[in-house]
Amino acid sequence: MASNEVAPNELAPDEVKVGKGVEEIAGGRRPTRALYLLPVGIFMLLAAIVAYFMLSGRDPRLLPSALIDKPAPTFKLAPIAGWENRKPGLATVDLKGKVTVVNFFASWCVPCLAEHPQIVALSKLKGVQVVGINYKDKPENAKAWLTRHGNPYARIGVDGGRGAIEWGVYGMPETFIVDRTGRIRFKHVGPIVPDILNQKILPVIRKLSK
Amino acid sequence: MIAEIGHFALILAVLVALVQSTIPLFGAWRGDAPLMALAKPAAQVQLLLVAVAFGALTCAYVVSDFSLINVARNSHSAKPLLYKITGVWANHEGSMLLWVLILAIFGGALASFGRNLPPSLHARALSVQGMVGVAFLAFILFTSNPFERLSVAPADGSGLNPLLQDPGLAFHPPFLYLGYVGFSMAFSFAVAALLEGRVDPAWARWVRPWTLAAWAFLTLGIALGSWWAYYELGWGGWWFWDPVENASFMPWLAGGALLHSAIVVEKRDALKSWTVLLAIIAFALSLVGTFLVRSGVLTSVHAFATDPSRGLFILGILVVAIGGSLTLYAWRAPQLRATGSFRLVSREGALIFNNLLLTVACATVFVGTLYPLVLDAVGGGKISVGAPYFNATFIPIMTPLVIGMAIGPTLAWKRGDIWASLGRLKLALGATVIVAALTLWLDSARDLAAVMGMSLAVWLFASTVVELAGRIRLGSVAFRESIRRALGLPRAAYGMSVAHMGFAITIAGITASSAWQAESIRFMKPGETANVAGYEFRFDGVKEGPGPNYVAQFGTFTVTREGRPVATLVAEKRFYPVQKRQTTEAAIHTTWLADLYAVIGDASKGGGWSVRLYHNPLVPWIWIGALVMFAGGLISLSDRRLRVGAPRRIRARPLPVTSPAKA
Repeated sequence: MASNEVAPNELAPDEVKVGKGVEEIAGGRRPTRALYLLPVGIFMLLAAIVAYFMLSGRDPRLLPSALIDKPAPTFKLAPIAGWENRKPGLATVDLKGKVTVVNFFASWCVPCLAEHPQIVALSKLKGVQVVGINYKDKPENAKAWLTRHGNPYARIGVDGGRGAIEWGVYGMPETFIVDRTGRIRFKHVGPIVPDILNQKILPVIRKLSK
Repeated sequence: MIAEIGHFALILAVLVALVQSTIPLFGAWRGDAPLMALAKPAAQVQLLLVAVAFGALTCAYVVSDFSLINVARNSHSAKPLLYKITGVWANHEGSMLLWVLILAIFGGALASFGRNLPPSLHARALSVQGMVGVAFLAFILFTSNPFERLSVAPADGSGLNPLLQDPGLAFHPPFLYLGYVGFSMAFSFAVAALLEGRVDPAWARWVRPWTLAAWAFLTLGIALGSWWAYYELGWGGWWFWDPVENASFMPWLAGGALLHSAIVVEKRDALKSWTVLLAIIAFALSLVGTFLVRSGVLTSVHAFATDPSRGLFILGILVVAIGGSLTLYAWRAPQLRATGSFRLVSREGALIFNNLLLTVACATVFVGTLYPLVLDAVGGGKISVGAPYFNATFIPIMTPLVIGMAIGPTLAWKRGDIWASLGRLKLALGATVIVAALTLWLDSARDLAAVMGMSLAVWLFASTVVELAGRIRLGSVAFRESIRRALGLPRAAYGMSVAHMGFAITIAGITASSAWQAESIRFMKPGETANVAGYEFRFDGVKEGPGPNYVAQFGTFTVTREGRPVATLVAEKRFYPVQKRQTTEAAIHTTWLADLYAVIGDASKGGGWSVRLYHNPLVPWIWIGALVMFAGGLISLSDRRLRVGAPRRIRARPLPVTSPAKA
C-alpha cells in the first residue's frame, strides 16, 4: 500500500522552502570517541558507589555514622493550631536533660497508626520523654487523630517540611532517640512494630538511661 | 512431586539458556548456519521449561501445598481462588519466576515470528535474550528458589498480605513485567546490532513493534498500580514519587524516547547510535527497577523483603549486562554512520526535541531517586527527596514537551516550516485560549499552574485532532474524499494520534485532581450530613458482614445534590483474621467528570465514625488517558508494516546472509 509510506516530505512542492543555510545536524560532524565512553563511565561510577554502599554493610534504615552521635539539629516548631494551651511546641532546647524519643507522625500516614500503640507504650516508661513532630498535616486532622487514638506526646511541634529536612527524614513515620546531652543516638525508619520496640528501641533507651 | 518437577524444569531451563546464549553467537561469528539455527529451538524449549516451572508453582498454590516455604508464607487455604493464583507472583520468589516466564515468552515469540530477520541478527538477538535468561534463572536457583521444601509442613499458611488481595494489584505485576521485560527485546536487538556493526531502517522496523508493545504494557502496569493506590490506600492520592514508583516510571520515559528515536532511524536513517544507546538504557532502567525493589539499597514503603546476597547478585547482573553492553557500545557505536540529513526545524528535529526532553525528565527522576543514596555513600549525610522536588523539576520539562508534541506531527520530514505548522494549528490555538480563559474565570483561586495544565491538555488534544483532520483534508475536499483518505491512513498514524490524545486526557486528569480536590475529614454520627463541593453526604451508619476470608464493616453514605439523589456509597473496612490486618476499601462513585470518594476510619466512643470524603474532579481521566495511550499502542502495533514478525524491508538494501565475521 503506497499510502502507508510517509513520504520524505508531505508538503506540497510550492510550500517547501529550499533556501541557503540548511543546517545539517546529522551526518555532519562526528562526536569524538570519548563521548561514546561516557555512558559506560557514568554507569561504572554509579555501580561502584552502590557496591561500596552494599559491601560496607550499612543498613539504610539506620542513621549513617555521619550524623549519629551528633547534636540534634537546631529547630523551633510551633504547637498545633488551637492546642497552644494543651500541648507546647518543640525546640532543640526541649531535648536536653532527659532521654527523648522524637517521633515524626501524621494523621494521613497509615504505618503511623500501626506503630501508635508502641509509641503510647513508650510514653508510659519512666525517665523517657516522648515528643512528636506532626509532619505536613492539617491541624484539625491531627487533633482528631490524636483524640481518637490517644496522645502519647509530651510536646508536639508542627512541621511543614523544613524540620524533616533538618532531621534528614526519609519518610513517615521515623523515630529518633536523643540522649540527655541532646545528641542523636539512634534512628529508625518506618513503623516501630512490637519486635522493633523490644529488640532495638528498648535496649537503646535502657543503655542511655543508665 | 510437582514442585520437584518445577525445580528440575528450572535447572534444565538454565542449561538450555546457556546453550542459547553461546552456541548461536559462535555460529554467527563463524557464519555457521546450523549453529545459528540452534537459537530458535533453544528459545522455544526454554519457554516450555520455564512454563512448566511456573505451572508447577501455580499448581502448588492452587492445591495449597504448604510443604513449600513459599506457599506456606504467602498463601492460605481459605483464600479465594483468584488470589491463590495471583499470590504466585505477590512475593519475591514467585515474581522473579513470572519475570523469567515473560522473558521466555518474548524469547519464544522472537524465535517463532522472526523468520524474516537476517539469520545472523536473529541468532545474535536470541543469544543475548538467552544471556539475560541465564542470569535471572541462576539468580532464582541460587538465591530465591520458590520450590524449597519445609521439613514439617504447617497446617495452614500465613496468608497473603491483605493489601495485595485486590484485582487491581493482582494484575499490576504481570503488566508491569510485560513492560519491563519487553524492553529486553530492544536491548537484545541493540546488542545484536552492535555485534553486527549495522543499524539500518530495517533494524529499526524490527525493533519498534517490541518497544511499542513493552511501552504500552508498561503504561497499563503503571496505571493499574496507581489506580490501586488511589482506591485502596484510602487517602485520595494516586502517585507518591516513591522510589519504587519512580523505578517503573523511568523505563517508561526512556522507552517513550526510544519509540520516537526509532522512527527517525526507520524513516531517515539517522540518530542510530543514540537509538541503540536508548534501547540499552531503557532495559538498564528496567533492571534497575527490579534491583531497587529487592536490594534493600533504598528504603521504600513497598520494598520487598530484602536480602544482601540477592542485592549483590543483582548488582553483578547489572554490571555485566549494562556495563558490558555500554562497553560494547563505546567500542562499536562510533562506526554507525548516518546517511540522512535534516534541518533543525523538521519532523526529525521535533523527535530529537522529544528525545531530549524525555531523557532529561528521566534523568531528573533518576537523580531524585538515587541522589540521597549517592550522597549518603560519599558521607554527605542523609536527605530526602520528595514530591516538591519532582513537581518543581518535572513540570518545567513536561511543558515544552507537550507544546512540542502538538507541533511535531505537523512538521514535514527533513525540513519543516514552524509558522506554516502553527498556522495549521490555529483552531487548536483558539480552543486553548478559550479553555485557558474559561479556567481562569471558573477557578476562584486563580491557580496559574492549573490554568497552564488545562491549557496544555487542550492544546495537545485539539492539535492532535486538527492534525488528523488535516491529514484527511477534512473540510477542504469533498467529505467522501476525506473518508477515503481516512480509510487509507496507516494505522500507525491513528495509533500516534490516539496515544497523544490519551496523554492529553491524563494531563487534564492530573491537573484538575491536583488543583481542585475538595476534601472533608471529620467525625460523623449516623444521620449527620457533610457538604463536599456541593454534594451532601448523609452518613447512614455502619453494618458488619462476613467476606470469604475477612469480616467487613460497611459504612453507607447517601449522596445528594440540591436534594436530588446522586449515589449510595458503601465504604468498607476489612479485617483479615489470618494476618490480623485491616484494609480500607474506598467507596467511589464516578460521574466520569469527577469521583465522589468515601472512606470510613474507626468508631469513636460517642457512636461517631471518622470519615474521609473527597470530591476529585477529573481523576478518572488519569487512568482513562492511560487506557487510551495503551489502545494507541495496540492500534499502532496492528499496522501491517509493524506487525510483529511481518516487517517488509522497504529499502532494497541487501543484508548479507552471514555478516562479515567481525564481532
